[in-house]
Order: sequence, then C-alpha cells, then structure tokens
Amino acid sequence: MNKITEELLRVVSDFKGSFEGAFNIREDGGCAGRQSTKNIQITSKKDLPGIDIHIAPGTKGETVYIPACVTHSDVDDLVYNDFYVGEGADVVIVAGCGVHSDGEEEARHNGIHRFFVKKGAHVVYREKHLGTGKGNGARRIDPITDVYLEEGSSLEMDTVQLGGVDRTTRKTSGVVGARARLVVRERLMTDGEEFARTDFDVTMEGEDCGVDLMSRSVAKGHSHQEFYSCIKGNARCTGHSECDAILSENGTVVAQPALEANHIDASLIHEAAIGKIAGEQILKLRTLGLTEQEAEARIVEGFLK
Amino acid sequence: MLKIEHLAWSIPGGEEIIKDIDVTVPEGKLIVVTGPNGGGKTTLAKLIAGIESPSKGKIIFDGEDITGLDVTERAQKGLAYAFQQPVRFKGLTVRDLLELAAGGKLPEEKLCALLGQVGLCANEYIDREMNTSLSGGESKRIEIATVLARQAKLSIFDEPEAGIDLWSFSRLVETFQNLRRQGNGTLLVISHQERILSIADEIIVIADGRVRMIGPGKEVLPQLLADERAARCPLGKEELE
Repeated sequence: MNKITEELLRVVSDFKGSFEGAFNIREDGGCAGRQSTKNIQITSKKDLPGIDIHIAPGTKGETVYIPACVTHSDVDDLVYNDFYVGEGADVVIVAGCGVHSDGEEEARHNGIHRFFVKKGAHVVYREKHLGTGKGNGARRIDPITDVYLEEGSSLEMDTVQLGGVDRTTRKTSGVVGARARLVVRERLMTDGEEFARTDFDVTMEGEDCGVDLMSRSVAKGHSHQEFYSCIKGNARCTGHSECDAILSENGTVVAQPALEANHIDASLIHEAAIGKIAGEQILKLRTLGLTEQEAEARIVEGFLK
Repeated sequence: MLKIEHLAWSIPGGEEIIKDIDVTVPEGKLIVVTGPNGGGKTTLAKLIAGIESPSKGKIIFDGEDITGLDVTERAQKGLAYAFQQPVRFKGLTVRDLLELAAGGKLPEEKLCALLGQVGLCANEYIDREMNTSLSGGESKRIEIATVLARQAKLSIFDEPEAGIDLWSFSRLVETFQNLRRQGNGTLLVISHQERILSIADEIIVIADGRVRMIGPGKEVLPQLLADERAARCPLGKEELE
C-alpha cells in the first residue's frame, strides 16, 4: 500500500502499522491486503466489485477492519460489501474511508454496505470519513448502509465525518425485527463550500424492537447540510431520533425529520434543534478564563466528541 | 482586595438598577450580600465579573483597576463567578468543565474531592454530560464545583442555595466555612439564607441599587431578623423587644 493510504488508515481506522485479526484494505479500487481468521472469512464477490464477510455464529470479541482509501483524483470507486453476522456473534466492524486528492479531477468512494445480522447477534459498526489533499478536484464519499436485524439482535453504528469531504450523501436504512435494536450515532462537521446530506430510513417490523438515531453536526463557513430521517413503526415498538446542529459563520442546515406510526403501540419521538452556540455557554467558559475563540472551539469539540 | 467605587448601571435605555455602590471587600473573608429581590445584587455580581459594564464608577481588584477588562481577563486575574442559573452543554462532561475550570487535567481523587464538597458522588457524575438530563439541583451543585475548582482569589456565588436540597445545602455551608478557615481566597456570596448569613464575616445589604447596611455579620444579622419579624408580625416584634 502507498504512503497516503497508510496516513489515511491511521486516522480513519486506528491503523498502527498492521491490523490484528480479519481485515481487507481497499486502495484505489484494488485490494492492498486481506486476512481472514478461523471465524471471519473474507472473500471477493464474483459478480460485483467488493467482498463478502462471513462471521461464524457465536464469534465473540473479534474486530474486522475493512477500510477503503482513494489516494488520487480521477478515481470513482464503487464497492459492495456484505456482512453476514452469525447467530449469537458479538463483533466490532471498523470501516473507515479516506479520500485524498491533489489533482483537478474528482476523487470518489461509494461504499454500499449491507449487514445481515442473525438472531441474538450484536455488532458495533464504526465508520470514519476523511478528505485530504490540496487539489481542486472534489473529494466525495457517498456511503450506503443497509441493516437487516433479526430477532433479538442489535447493531450500534458510529459514523463520523469531521472534515475535508466536499460532497457526501449518506444513506442509511434498516429493517428491525422483534426485540432487535438499532442505534445510530452520527457526528458531522462541514466547512468552506462543503455539502453533506444524511438520509435515515428505518422500519420497525417486529414486536418490542427499538431504534435510536442521534445526529450532531456543525456547519461552518458557507457549508450546507441536509438531514432527512423517517422512522416507521409497524408494530409495538419505540423509536427516537434527535438532530442537533450548530451553525457557525454562514453555514446552513435543513432538517426534515419524519415519524410514521402504523400501529397503536408504536411510540415515536423526534427532537431537533438548530442554532448558533448559545451566548451563555461561551460566557460560562469565559468566566473560567477561556477567550471567546477558545470557548467556541471547546464547545464544538465537546459537541462532536 | 476588592474595592467598588461609586458604581452605577442602568438597563440599556431604561431604569437605573445600581445607583451608587461604594464598598470595600477585605481579603480572606466571607462576605454575604443580601437584600430584597430586584435590589441589584445579581447585577452587582455581574458587574464585578465583567458580564456587565458599569455606566459610572470603578472596580479595583488586588490594587488594579479592572473596570475596563473583559470577562476572560478578569477570570485570568483570579476572579470566579458561579451563575445563579447553571448553563447546560450538550457534549461537555462534568469532568471537562471541572478541568477547564482548574486549567488542566485533574486526578480522580481531586475530582472526587471537588464534587464531594457539593455533596455529589464523583463516580456517578464525572463522565455525565452537563446537559438537561441532570436535575436543577445537580447542575447547580456542579456549577458551584466549577468555581471551587478554580481556587480563585475572589469567588462570587449568586444564590448558591437556589434549587438544592437541604442535605446538599448543609454540605455547602460546611464547604464555605472550610474555605474561609483555610484562607483560600475571598468569598462573596449572594444569599437570603439565614444559615449562610449566620456564617458571614461581613454582611452587605443592597436595596434599591444602593448599600442600605454594611457591617460585621454578628451586628447586621440580628437587625435583619428583627426587621423581618416586624414586617410580617408586629406582635412578634413587641415580644422581641
């Protein structure tokens, strides 16, 4: 793998020179390294670009790394990764994505990830997105995440994008079975002329299942963000979504949350707040000795932590 | 340590709230500021902290005229201010705030001691966000702890008793007494609570934007209590006499 990939991996997937356990490193549309373990088998797809990751039932405590990097402009990488998580497994999946461009052409990664989580399994899914490089070519990351949760399973998704990605559209959908639980935590920061769009679409199909979506974002410079979510409750279930955005300079945000209750015992809540940092928060930190700029930076850092 | 000279402040384009306040706060003492609601106590505290700017007068802190300094500069010179209404933060934890206040990382035992001073158990709180999931009383106590963490030359507490339960309040009174005993800076407490007034070295009564009464706690408190009795129950006043 090249130097840029190494640098990107350090930031987006906690790479420390090597990965332990199962991994697949995607670099500019090719494979820069792969390893399977006894319980986690990674194989190339036959009909499409991408991989299948089979996690054996009962696998506990293992981490799978599947980072993808685009290291120069004029690359449009499209990949399909499917995860089959066996019954009762309990694993961590790390899928960072870094896009670097020093050229004039666009550099784009479009990862389509599907998770088939069997009965009673638990998955922590972490993805971190980063754009780097000085080129005028746009850095784009457009992930699609589809989650299918069987009875009693759960998936916690942590998705972070803190800078450098010019355009992103992030689509996440889920179908949640009985007593299953989906938790999504999104943290997003845009600056300059960046654009970010988030789409959540989750359907709760099974009895006593639950969904919790939390999005925190900061829109700086002249950046623009759009947040759309729809939570559907088709059974006795609980759904909660929360969208908080801080505006800075000339940043703009659109938030359109939707709830759809199709069952008498579906209990759905949405909370949304958009605005600049409250003056009293800055004042409080100033009384602790911070300058106005330091206070703002600390508030944003804590908000996106 | 703090000298306030002919201080005045008006609501922009409106009423004069602080008319002419002239007081000297001695070093290492516990001073309690009291008086009727709307008399200008909180405004006075904000003027000292730099949150409001006076229309007239001077504030001398540690021999230096700080009237023209902003909130940050005054804080850096050793002035701390506990808000009457604690500020909530999405994302900043209790540990974050205490460490910002202390100006660096704090070991667990120090965090524990700070929260213990306001009657909170550190393990339950240090990693919680200072957000609306905390009750009014909890956030108030954390607000007070952020000021204790600063170990400032002058700490101002605006109605520390507001919203906290009786047990925590007793703990807080003990904390004020300990701080005074240790001589850790000067404390300026705005309060109506008799238990806080009773431990004051000096009491300043502010009413209608002026100092109505000032003197040692032992002398001023009995007069305040007598006045209170008189206002509510003339018969009681006769019995006292």
